[in-house]
Amino acid sequence: MTEKPREENMQELIVTPETQSEPMPGAAFEPAIVAFVCNWCTYTAADLAGTSRMVQSPNVRLVRMMCTGMVDPKYIIKALLGGADAVLISGCHPGDCHYINGNYKARRRVKLLMEILPRFGIDSRRIKLTWVGASEGNEFAATVNRFTAEIKELGPIDTRRLPLL
Amino acid sequence: MPSRIGVYVCHCGTNIAGRVDSEGVARFASGLKNVAVARDYKFMCSDPGQDMIIKDIREMGLTRVVVASCSPRLHEKTFQKTCQRGGLNPFLFQMTCIREHCSWVVADPAEATAKAKTLVAGAVSRVNEHEELYSRVEAVHPDVLVVGGGIAGIQAALDIARSGHKVHLVERGPSIGGHMTQFDKTFPTLDCAACISTPKMVAVAQEPNINLMTMSEVVEVKGYVGNYTARIRTRPRYINEDRCTGCGLCMEKCPKSVPSEFEEGLGKRKAVHRNSPQSVPNTPVIDAASCIYLVKGKCGACKQNCPSEAIDFEQQESFLDVQVGTIVLATGFDILDPTALSQYGFGRYPEVYTGLQFERLNNAVGPTGGKILMKNGQPPESVAIIHCVGSRDKAHHEYCSRVCCMYALKYDHLIKDKIGHQARVFNFYIDMRCFGKGYEEFYRRVQEEAVSFIRGRPSEVTDQARSAEEEGKLIVVAEDTLLGRPVRVAVDMVVLCTAMQARHDASEVARVFGISQGQDGFFLEEHPKLGPVSTATDGIFLAGTCQGPKDIPDAVAHASGGAGQALSLAARGEVSISPTVSWINPDICIGCKMCVGLCAYSAIEFDERRKVCVINEAMCKGCGSCAGHCPSGAAQVRHFNEKQIFAELEGLSLRVQPVRQPAGADAT
Repeated sequence: MTEKPREENMQELIVTPETQSEPMPGAAFEPAIVAFVCNWCTYTAADLAGTSRMVQSPNVRLVRMMCTGMVDPKYIIKALLGGADAVLISGCHPGDCHYINGNYKARRRVKLLMEILPRFGIDSRRIKLTWVGASEGNEFAATVNRFTAEIKELGPIDTRRLPLL
Repeated sequence: MPSRIGVYVCHCGTNIAGRVDSEGVARFASGLKNVAVARDYKFMCSDPGQDMIIKDIREMGLTRVVVASCSPRLHEKTFQKTCQRGGLNPFLFQMTCIREHCSWVVADPAEATAKAKTLVAGAVSRVNEHEELYSRVEAVHPDVLVVGGGIAGIQAALDIARSGHKVHLVERGPSIGGHMTQFDKTFPTLDCAACISTPKMVAVAQEPNINLMTMSEVVEVKGYVGNYTARIRTRPRYINEDRCTGCGLCMEKCPKSVPSEFEEGLGKRKAVHRNSPQSVPNTPVIDAASCIYLVKGKCGACKQNCPSEAIDFEQQESFLDVQVGTIVLATGFDILDPTALSQYGFGRYPEVYTGLQFERLNNAVGPTGGKILMKNGQPPESVAIIHCVGSRDKAHHEYCSRVCCMYALKYDHLIKDKIGHQARVFNFYIDMRCFGKGYEEFYRRVQEEAVSFIRGRPSEVTDQARSAEEEGKLIVVAEDTLLGRPVRVAVDMVVLCTAMQARHDASEVARVFGISQGQDGFFLEEHPKLGPVSTATDGIFLAGTCQGPKDIPDAVAHASGGAGQALSLAARGEVSISPTVSWINPDICIGCKMCVGLCAYSAIEFDERRKVCVINEAMCKGCGSCAGHCPSGAAQVRHFNEKQIFAELEGLSLRVQPVRQPAGADAT
């Protein structure tokens, strides 16, 4: 990483009183989950889940990428350090990549990252890589709900207590 | 100067506003950093909605626009054009989806509104980092290169040439026509292959817009969509095409005979030869490997006897560079060599033939003059036809070759037709796949001609007789899987329906043209369903069996599709190249070349002088494989760069608490 992530002040970004970085005391844990999804398969599946009105937990926010192959591992790390409790990466099924083989590249990177992150105190279950094809709206909704439930079980990430980061 | 952002939140009637408090989202957005104005409206995509954005851009001097409405896959283009009409670069715009991903799928209104606010915060944060980008428009050269002169290449070349565009048709062999000229009849109509293919071949020769280059191969392709330069190598024919009248005297006088490739080794040809009198071009070719003069420097019988002095032993290999805008590949297929399936005895027993050899036995200009004869000159009394030789077989090709069932049925009919009804025919099949127009009807017709169908893949073909009736015959040993018992069928002749496979040099061709191969070795199409003729490389299209096994109607249809795609680019004359491609910052790049190997489109080159990698923007598709991996962070995809993603993450990671209305309050 040659360029340090810009430490932009959250308070400067947001001036509306209704946001707060800490959950209200006593409120049930609602994880913030960032999902990097590819434009051609999973983003389309999310659209399909929407048009089919498949109810999902609201915790997952999508970042539209052109291909999972462009998801730099530092995006995942940045999301986790920036307040997300978990990161989902989802693209086309193996062999269906719009860009020939970008999803295979993503698979290798995510696998390596999942091996490295636990050494820094981040549970590898906070990262998930799935394949959801454009026609699989139901699969997308199920993935979102399943992953949210898993992270709720796991509890909030506490980046301040990570030993090395 | 900080950006001035306009945020527009759509109600989409009640589609969004029914669940999400659009007004509240707009109010929230107006408090975000750099937001100059935030509005909500019933239908943002309607004319008044778009006019509102244009008016704000002009009057309030907005430098960025965010629209929160439906999926960007639906209306991103609409709003980009709106920005453009307002005088703003379309890439200074970000759209976020609060309908499909929010109002339609989140049950609780308070939670849906909170999620919508988070999504808007992400988009606002991201749009700050957007940069102006401009699509490039490149001219498309009107000429088209068609590689391969089989039936698919012929069809593509004729389609393109008849629209008025010039075509360079490159064929490796001495004549166009391809495998189809080797066939006798075609299924299921049983019309003769030559009768329907030779008029097309002649049409190619007579078409003024086609520059036919036989004995030629493309050795190098440079450039990108609309502007390709192809280097074509032409091997010497040793006969001057302009002088030769095609009289055939040279072939009569040539003293040297060798096995003929066109006859699949069943017949002989001279060192100077042509496939058939219908060959296009009609000029014979001298085979340098077998010609006595070219090998030993003596003979010259053809030269002495040629009445038009067309023989020219001094001809040399030549190279030609052609400029084209698009390329259609129609390089065809190879037949699997069944020697590897030693259990079937091909090459060991003389009466075991491949399908293509059996075609030649049936062909009127073939080695037997169209009679089905064994090597001893007698017609066979019984024939076994073994389907799926090398197809649907994990040891060879997992795929189905798609044509064998049908040509096996054609052979069944031809045997009954030519030898007589007493001839017995046994088909050993796995499944009969008769899926095309008129195919099932043909299957039924052949069944009614008293042909035997045995469901089972034979384990071997042997000459080891176990009874007096089997003596001197070939015995096909199989399990009849419908009766569940082993069978031994003694026959005079065995025909192997060998698999269609990718050309032996397909990987070399793929490398030259910068396209990819599927797992089966055939060229990979852009999309198996919606892009079956285009490749991942813009401006290069596929036609016929180089993409996968096809029968003649499918190959011709595929070729016309490829021609149509090539023409739509050529006819328009220009191509717009998206600016959302990768860029490698030369100040940061360390020249490790990791990205060069990762790029699936061969779009990255290493600049030896500056020692950095450089993206060819015309070839880059913007997939970001390089950006995702670049260890120094030099490679970035425009419109999806690190700053933009980081900024979006900052907004998305906010925890916006759902604001619940007190019970009984009016929820608006």
